[in-house]
Amino acid sequence: MDYSAQERAPIKEALENLKNMRVVPFDVPGHKRGKGNGELTQFLGARCMETDVNSMKPLDNLSHPVSVIREAEELAAHAFGAGHAFFLVNGTTSAVQNMILFACHPGDKIILSRNVHKSVINALVLSGAIPVYFQQPVHEKLHISLSLPLQELEKTILDHPEAKAVFVTSPSYYGICSNLQRIGELTHRHGMLLLVDEAHGAHLYFGQGLPCPAMAAGADLAAVSMHKSGGSLTQSSFLLSSARVDAEALRQTINLTQSTSASYLLLASLDISRKNLALHGQEIFAHVLHLADYAREEINKLDGYYAYGKELIDEKTIFDFDATKLAVATMDTGLSGMEVYDLLRDEYDIQVEFGDVSNILAYISVGDRQRELERLVGALAEIERRFRRPQNTLYVKPLPVTPLRKSPKEAYYGKKISLPLSLAIGRVCGELIMCYPPGIPILAPGEEITAAAVEYIENALDIGCNVIGTHDVDIENLQVLENS
Amino acid sequence: MDLWFSEYHSENVRFSIRVDKQLYSAQSEFQRIDVFSSPEFGRFLILDGYMMFTEKDEFIYHEMITHVPMAVHPRVEKVLLIGAGDGGAARELTRYDTIQHIDLVEIDPQVVAVCREFFPEITKSLDDPRLHIHHEDGLRYIRRVKDEYDLIIVDSTDPFGPGEGLFTKEFYGNCFKALKEDGIMVNQHESAFYEGDATAVRRAHKRIIQSFSLCLAYQAHIPTYPSGHWLFGFSTKKYHPLRDFDGVKWKSLGIKTRYYNTQLHLGAFALPNYVEEILKDVERK
Repeated sequence: MDYSAQERAPIKEALENLKNMRVVPFDVPGHKRGKGNGELTQFLGARCMETDVNSMKPLDNLSHPVSVIREAEELAAHAFGAGHAFFLVNGTTSAVQNMILFACHPGDKIILSRNVHKSVINALVLSGAIPVYFQQPVHEKLHISLSLPLQELEKTILDHPEAKAVFVTSPSYYGICSNLQRIGELTHRHGMLLLVDEAHGAHLYFGQGLPCPAMAAGADLAAVSMHKSGGSLTQSSFLLSSARVDAEALRQTINLTQSTSASYLLLASLDISRKNLALHGQEIFAHVLHLADYAREEINKLDGYYAYGKELIDEKTIFDFDATKLAVATMDTGLSGMEVYDLLRDEYDIQVEFGDVSNILAYISVGDRQRELERLVGALAEIERRFRRPQNTLYVKPLPVTPLRKSPKEAYYGKKISLPLSLAIGRVCGELIMCYPPGIPILAPGEEITAAAVEYIENALDIGCNVIGTHDVDIENLQVLENS
Repeated sequence: MDLWFSEYHSENVRFSIRVDKQLYSAQSEFQRIDVFSSPEFGRFLILDGYMMFTEKDEFIYHEMITHVPMAVHPRVEKVLLIGAGDGGAARELTRYDTIQHIDLVEIDPQVVAVCREFFPEITKSLDDPRLHIHHEDGLRYIRRVKDEYDLIIVDSTDPFGPGEGLFTKEFYGNCFKALKEDGIMVNQHESAFYEGDATAVRRAHKRIIQSFSLCLAYQAHIPTYPSGHWLFGFSTKKYHPLRDFDGVKWKSLGIKTRYYNTQLHLGAFALPNYVEEILKDVERK
């Protein structure tokens, strides 16, 4: 395909044509191009409401695309260097679910790090796949997951040759990347599929000097959050597959759960954003890199903070770093990332992406200008001056290991009773519990509730982490399997 | 020919000056810069469509933003000027022999170049050996500085555009840190008359009093600024603008001014009730 084809946006063009045809709508949606809901139209704008239409012949149909959506998929696949690109309207969560539903039948094994986002564990509940976890080491000082350990992975693969797939998150929220090329060689040598959660990596396909994206590294499937660094609307996402994957079989999997009334606002936003990145991605992400590098340099001149970058890369623990990410370790100010996050918002009207026990993450994108970064850096300087504490009394421990006793699906659907935390020790957990951020489960359905896990939860509550996921909103009780 | 420059002072009020000709127009890295000449006000500088100063009334602003703190602080030696690329405030400050060092931080080098070309009378003291010009963001400059200045003058544009960062809590907090223990900060405090400007007064005042325990406003009459009634903020760590004001000493310096005098110094802090109410309201919260 000729790259100039990327100037096209077939879904957007079809929507524009439809508008010019002045078709009389006797179909859904019932707001009839906004006329039936004045307040909503005033709030969102007439243009937006006119675009909110249903599938019809000139607009194609997402569940069985033959015209404009198929063209848009082909353009996207070409732009991302994939065999096929699927437009998803149920978020990257659905992309992750579809990768696992496609790769694993109920009871199949899947190899993955225990440090995954809760959405991955939820996908295991849906699919009935059996996780085989390996431990992913955590950076001693920064408390973030390191790159995926290849030896550990290889050992796990050799121990479980019947597993169907390996699931990897790269880049991490913080920008840590794994050696996907080597992981791909390893998985393929053992006849497994490589699934990559690339939610934080849409830009890797378009920028220069950035870590290698999953498709180029040889992954079979990749979930790409176009709405994060790619600029499309929230909840729109791409699922990429390599040429080795049977795309129409994958579409059937997607159709199990995808809305049959896919939003054309989301589809058009994917189409237009793909065009924008294909045509201008290089300059856009060069600018983002420049801003992030500048911010790092300035923050590292302040006392108490460490904005980390490519200097973290070493042979053994961190394979590559995505320098568009601006994560800042706050421990040396004596403040937790959560405290700095709150101070930035409450005292300085600055909203960052998140704060965890030891870091904050500021999301830098094409929409930022240097003057906003000056405010962020100025505010961090002020927070250090006004609020710094002499000693870091925070107590951060790595997540304790919790052995898997039942499959997540079995545990989720098993008969459960509620027990106070201390009495739940030794039983099998029936639900998810985690600190959010980062959203990595402390316990997942099917895992044994160890004394160390309960201690971890109690400590997290003590230091003010946002602990979520349990049926009991006060986090005093856990749902455990009755017969455990 | 009927050529006018107009600026909206509110959505429903327009202020216009008859223009003789446009002398300059360009887009710098940061803003649009225009210079006009006019029969009534002489030459005037416009940034992003907003009036910065005219030859006819700039003396009022520049005298008031400098002489008021200079007549209160007993020994100003080191001054930081933020914004002020037109050189007007520097011109007033260089008249004091006691001042040994002035840092002028102006983000946009093109503003300085344009002012040098079209307003040589105002910019003449930019070449004073005591004056050091730094072209960078004020917010960036100040966060590296600690316990260094006797006086900081924030001669900012409005709280949108490139001057936005100079109306933030982090900026005022950084100024507090950059001042010596008896330092004074004076800032352009906007006007309380039209609602849009009054909102800016509230925001600036609120953020300053979060860092400085004492911030008093004082006023001047500036015909080309919205409503003509303009405010300055006087934020101080030690000296009170009236109780520590030494009019006799200031008069003995023999500095000739056209607007400022020692009687006016006292009167400038006597604000109209509606302005007092806006400020008190912010302080109560």
